[in-house]
Amino acid sequence: MDTALQYNQAARRASADADSENPMLEERAYPEETIGEPLVDNPKMSIRNVDVFYDRDQAINNVSLDIGRNEVVALIGPSGCGKTTFLRALNRMNDIIDTCRIRGELRLDDEDIYGSAMDVVELRARVGMVFQKPNPFPKSIYENVAYGPRLHGMAEKRHELDDVVESSLRKAGLWDEVKDRLQQSGTGLSGGQQQRLCIARSIAVNPEVVLMDEPCSALDPIATVKIEELIAELSQSYTIVIVTHSMQQAARVSHRTAYFHLGHLIEMNETNKIFTAPDHRLTEDYITGRFG
Amino acid sequence: MDKQHFGQHSSSQFNEELESIRDHMMEMGGLVEQQVGEALEALLTADSQRAERVLEQEKRVDELEITIDEECARVLALRQPAASDLRMIIAVTKAVSDLERIGDESSKIATMAITLAREGESPHGYMEVRHIGNQVRHMLRQTLDAFVRFDADKAVDIAEEDNAVDMEYRSAMRSLVTFMMEDPRSISSILNIIWSLRSLERVGDHTSNIGEQLIFMVKGKDVRHISVAEMQRELKDPE
Repeated sequence: MDTALQYNQAARRASADADSENPMLEERAYPEETIGEPLVDNPKMSIRNVDVFYDRDQAINNVSLDIGRNEVVALIGPSGCGKTTFLRALNRMNDIIDTCRIRGELRLDDEDIYGSAMDVVELRARVGMVFQKPNPFPKSIYENVAYGPRLHGMAEKRHELDDVVESSLRKAGLWDEVKDRLQQSGTGLSGGQQQRLCIARSIAVNPEVVLMDEPCSALDPIATVKIEELIAELSQSYTIVIVTHSMQQAARVSHRTAYFHLGHLIEMNETNKIFTAPDHRLTEDYITGRFG
Repeated sequence: MDKQHFGQHSSSQFNEELESIRDHMMEMGGLVEQQVGEALEALLTADSQRAERVLEQEKRVDELEITIDEECARVLALRQPAASDLRMIIAVTKAVSDLERIGDESSKIATMAITLAREGESPHGYMEVRHIGNQVRHMLRQTLDAFVRFDADKAVDIAEEDNAVDMEYRSAMRSLVTFMMEDPRSISSILNIIWSLRSLERVGDHTSNIGEQLIFMVKGKDVRHISVAEMQRELKDPE
């Protein structure tokens, strides 16, 4: 038993030594450049040196990254790290906030998202968004999905509209559950169904990118699994950027993961790499639950 | 990752769970190291009482293996560990089964010691046993020490030492075979020595496996089935 005791004492001494030196403080500093591989070849969206301010407060600090075609990118980080702000910058959702200013370059297929040639309404059709809480319009299920295509003049005739509604609901995995009650109100569906309805609504206008802001945080585990399955399927046809607080979810659904910390993009890498052997200490601390 | 990394989770219960796994693993390591040493002494001094104690201790080692595996399974199920925590759990589960095997090998040596004490000692081979035995004991001690300190560089030295043990083992084998050919009456007792040497050599292999797990735990790099030189390159490479 003596040797066992010795080892335990040695272990305690070792951690006590380390506590007093605390050599890790420096490693927790922000890296000068994002660690990992934030850039890809032939990206769907490319973001370069972006800063976002609310009045004088800087919410995003010199972030550069690419979002690949048909890629699922997860943005993770502690509350207030700027991940939602960043997501909303991608389809100019921040425009509706007066105090918000953006600097830097954001491109969608080489078109300047903030350029004068960009029509915001069209942009938001091309870059759709699904929010944290399901927010169906207080209209019928059919109208919820048909609204966008009608607004954008994508379907003129009734049967065209019917087709769009059906295919969108099918893609969102909701068709079989609602096909017999399309005229009932969307708000009467369960939370998970409502969220899938919102996804159907955003894909009805045939977007290129779908932004999701914690799409499962208000859902139960089963509904969550359905949405996650859906994300995997949708990534065949769309590019997806998802903000999530659930690290397991990020690990399950995404190809690459970006870790934000107080407005800085610390590390972006293959999801598998981030969750088994991240390169930066801050990422490691966050995903292993060492922030207090 | 470093030694200080433990005990920093927001969840203090999680800290305690990991701490407990590590404590149990170190207790098990300590016991196993003691077993190897005692079995070796029992063999060298033909002390069957000492050998019996080694066999007795085996039970506690097995219990600890089960306890640690249960604790690891619990952490995996309840905490969904990631990154260094995940690597630690994986490394510990694997290291623990190597430790248990080292315990088994010690028991085999102890059994040989009892046989030799009963049936008469071997005319040859004790020097080799002492020599290789001391080498693997040193390796094991270094490995467990490095595990406590998260010292991945040490694991490379350990792999090197294991290569040396393998070489010694082969040369001992050659000379013992020669002795057996010269004096066939000694075959049965020398065979007991050969089996003990074989067990010691296996202890070296298991120890070096634990070293590889240590590197995986600390650096996140899988260095199994590669040469020492490749291992050194892997550890130097910043990526």
